[in-house]
Amino acid sequence: MISDEIRKQYTATIGIECHVQLKTATKLFSAVGNDAREAPPNTLVSHIDFGLPGALPVLNAEAVHLAMKAAFALGSVPQKFSKFDRKHYFYPDLPMGYQITQYDEPIVLGGSVTVNIDGESKTIGITRAHMEADAGKSVHPVGKDYSLVDLNRAGTPLLEIVSEPEMHTAAEAKAYAHELYLRMKYADVSDANLYYGNMRFDVNVSVSKTDQFGTRTETKNINSFRAVEKVVDYEISRQIQVLEDGGVILQETRGWDDTKLRTFSQRTKEDAQDYRYFPDPDLPPIVLTDEDVENVRAEMPVLPDEWRQRLGALGLDTSQVEALLDAQVEFTAEGYLPLLERSMDDSVFAKQLANWIVNIDIPFVRDASRAVSVERVVLYKAVTDLVGSGKISSTNAKALIVELLAVDTLPGDVAKYAEEKGYIQVSDEGEIMKVVEQVIADNPKPVEDIKNGEMKAIGFLVGQVMKASQGKANPALAQQLIKKVLDL
Amino acid sequence: MSTSQWLPIRDIAAKVNGGELKAVDLVERALSTIAEKEEFAAILATTEVRARARAQEIDARVSRGEHAGSLAGVPFIAKDNFLVFGAETTAASNILKGFDAPYQSTAIEKLEAAGAICVAKANLDAFAHGSSTENSDFMVTKNPHDITRVPGGSSGGSAAAVILDMAPFALGTDTGGSIRLPASFCGAVGYKPTYGLVSRSGVVAMASSTDVIGPMTRTVDDAAVVLNVMAGRDPLDSTTIDREDDDYTSFSGDLKGKKVGVIKEYMAEGLSTGVREQIESAIEKMRTAGAEIIEVSLPTLPAALAVYYIICPAEVSSNLSRYDGQKYGYTYDQAADLAESYSKTRSTGFGKEAKRRIIIGTYVLSSGYYDAYYKKAQTVRTKLIAEFAAAFEQVDFLVGPTAPTPAFKIGEHSSDPLQMYLTDIMTVAVNLVGVPAISIPAGTSEGLPVGLQIIAAQRQDKDLLATAKAAEGLLA
Repeated sequence: MISDEIRKQYTATIGIECHVQLKTATKLFSAVGNDAREAPPNTLVSHIDFGLPGALPVLNAEAVHLAMKAAFALGSVPQKFSKFDRKHYFYPDLPMGYQITQYDEPIVLGGSVTVNIDGESKTIGITRAHMEADAGKSVHPVGKDYSLVDLNRAGTPLLEIVSEPEMHTAAEAKAYAHELYLRMKYADVSDANLYYGNMRFDVNVSVSKTDQFGTRTETKNINSFRAVEKVVDYEISRQIQVLEDGGVILQETRGWDDTKLRTFSQRTKEDAQDYRYFPDPDLPPIVLTDEDVENVRAEMPVLPDEWRQRLGALGLDTSQVEALLDAQVEFTAEGYLPLLERSMDDSVFAKQLANWIVNIDIPFVRDASRAVSVERVVLYKAVTDLVGSGKISSTNAKALIVELLAVDTLPGDVAKYAEEKGYIQVSDEGEIMKVVEQVIADNPKPVEDIKNGEMKAIGFLVGQVMKASQGKANPALAQQLIKKVLDL
Repeated sequence: MSTSQWLPIRDIAAKVNGGELKAVDLVERALSTIAEKEEFAAILATTEVRARARAQEIDARVSRGEHAGSLAGVPFIAKDNFLVFGAETTAASNILKGFDAPYQSTAIEKLEAAGAICVAKANLDAFAHGSSTENSDFMVTKNPHDITRVPGGSSGGSAAAVILDMAPFALGTDTGGSIRLPASFCGAVGYKPTYGLVSRSGVVAMASSTDVIGPMTRTVDDAAVVLNVMAGRDPLDSTTIDREDDDYTSFSGDLKGKKVGVIKEYMAEGLSTGVREQIESAIEKMRTAGAEIIEVSLPTLPAALAVYYIICPAEVSSNLSRYDGQKYGYTYDQAADLAESYSKTRSTGFGKEAKRRIIIGTYVLSSGYYDAYYKKAQTVRTKLIAEFAAAFEQVDFLVGPTAPTPAFKIGEHSSDPLQMYLTDIMTVAVNLVGVPAISIPAGTSEGLPVGLQIIAAQRQDKDLLATAKAAEGLLA
């Protein structure tokens, strides 16, 4: 183990390359379906994906459209001129012997994203993002003397987003990866399903005691935010340990073992290939007009940063805002943010609504793993009215909401329903007084404490009144009456 | 030129549509001629089963009173780098031996839709790498005029087939002169359209940025009729362009008032006396017919061959990457592991010339050499494009010889690849620039055909055909 003291002598530098699968219907260069999840091997393959003689790539216009949206989502603007290049290497899952990618003139140059780490905001630069076609999948059955190739994935459109080496901690790396995820989801560029590998991260880490970068390692194909964080932590510790032991860091590609929670060497720089990039003569450059760019800008949906601003303005704290942003993509069908957006004019209601969504609605949907069918706006409006007029306690409000989220259709009159179900609080002095007197009689010790000046015991008595009234008593009134009985 | 057993293509189609000629008879005539002329080794394989079936279909359509297309019943021969149903597609290479195309090239599809019938696949230099058809992995095609000489290349089988009267037309591909050169050596008309006018989809790629597809015929009229069917944008080839003309066949040739530039650099030393005489005589005839003859210099032209032999191998090395023995074609099956499978498949599957170009192309694209070779070559190419554009401000057409010599002897250049590359010296610039060009017969030298090359500006295909037709009339 390395001591904190030694660790502090080093600065870690982290850069991340993220592959995002663009949600087109068809592949980047062929008119074949793009969803390889359930398809039997080699059924989503055309003469182009198979690399037959004479087959020519035809660029999918929707992929360009999505890449343009991604540019805006990354705080950038699409390049008006970009082109495709060929990257050569031999492998059975690369049928043409080269990958079509964008080498020196990508569709996105520059950009940035801002993340929040423990209340501090940090901006991370985006170097570039380029389109490329994915390779196929190789399978090496254990104990067999053959390998199998599935080309369903070959030609899937990817956007590779390259960050500046501007992160220094595992928390920053995780936050950056998560922020890219949110932005790609909000921009509707990708399904961004990590389980299916729609987003994969290559994590570059180096450590140094000086202002010169150390030698970096690249840990490839990470498919969870948690793993990104663990990879960075592991690599920082490992590299410091190697250096402290007098060793050197090899520039190499590493893999991540998610069960042993460690990285392992895959290949070193000596095996590095010369990819012989050159412009693909089969594909004319992508030339965008000002109008093309502005049209896409105009259709951009609201992105996370704008939501943060809007929701922050309601007085929500950062964790609530982030919970809402996450829930919107986790439970898209629930439409939390559109609901809030429609309620923004009434800021008091909107804030109450946001609180309930975060504290009641999201946990409900997550636990029940089911969609809600009732009209939320009607439900929440009605409950807000009940709270506002003092007819329902916050505890009962929560119980009422949970109960009604589970029904198929809302009762026509929520207030009446609440009353029938006994959620309405009692504000009848005489009725509450009976309970108060009983509680005071049953709790001599707290009463004694109060009389000795321990005023917080009043809260305990109020709680007892609420309990005895099954939550129906108006707590403010109960407190008043307790004070009155005890002559305070 | 001997008279042909074939009528003009337009007339054949008209007679088939009119019921005077039967497609089945035309196909039989083509197949029997192919069999008779086997000694010239022009044909790799026939597609006879499919051709006969298609001929019956066309005859049936006609007998039902339907119009069977502008090329109804016209037999043709495709260079073996076109993906065609009915025979394997090998590009005359061992590595593609046994490859049956699961789809057809767009050009073939269009010709078939117009009623034409592919009867055979013609020999070529493997993967179209060569100028003599000696680089075929299977056999050497002979010149119809002298069996001891080459037919030119790489579309040597196609050119020979046309002159041997095997079919009214053949298809070729022209990456650095591969249609025009064999046309010149065999005495055929070879048309290289503007880059992108005919789809490359389904044609085994050589150098993608200069590959074009074109007809090889006996007359300019026939070339225009075939081009007219093939030309136009193809959703399967992003480098294709829209047709400039609705009809590439409706022209009348007239040289009066046309400004014709004689390319100074092509008339310089290195030109054989016989070729020079024929070309000068052709130019004189054009002047007499009313053309204004101007000498034009394109100073970068001498660099074109060097530029071509960087860009072309670069693209070749990339395009040939897919032939790795893992998916189709030839596989070395004794390999112990993947690396050996790759290296043995490719080192035994590719011929000498393909390997030479793969090595050159890999070298010029390598990191550290890219700027000095590939990038520099592209810079010179851009300069060449500008010089041609400037020349076409001054003249309507450029003319010169298609090749510096008539057909050479089989084996004459085989030991010296550089000498072979020099054969292309007058054709490659046109490919780098992307402009259309044609080679038409212009007399003979020592009994061997000489070709006159006429070059037009980008997309001026129809004007080029019109002028070529006028010149053809003068030179016949």
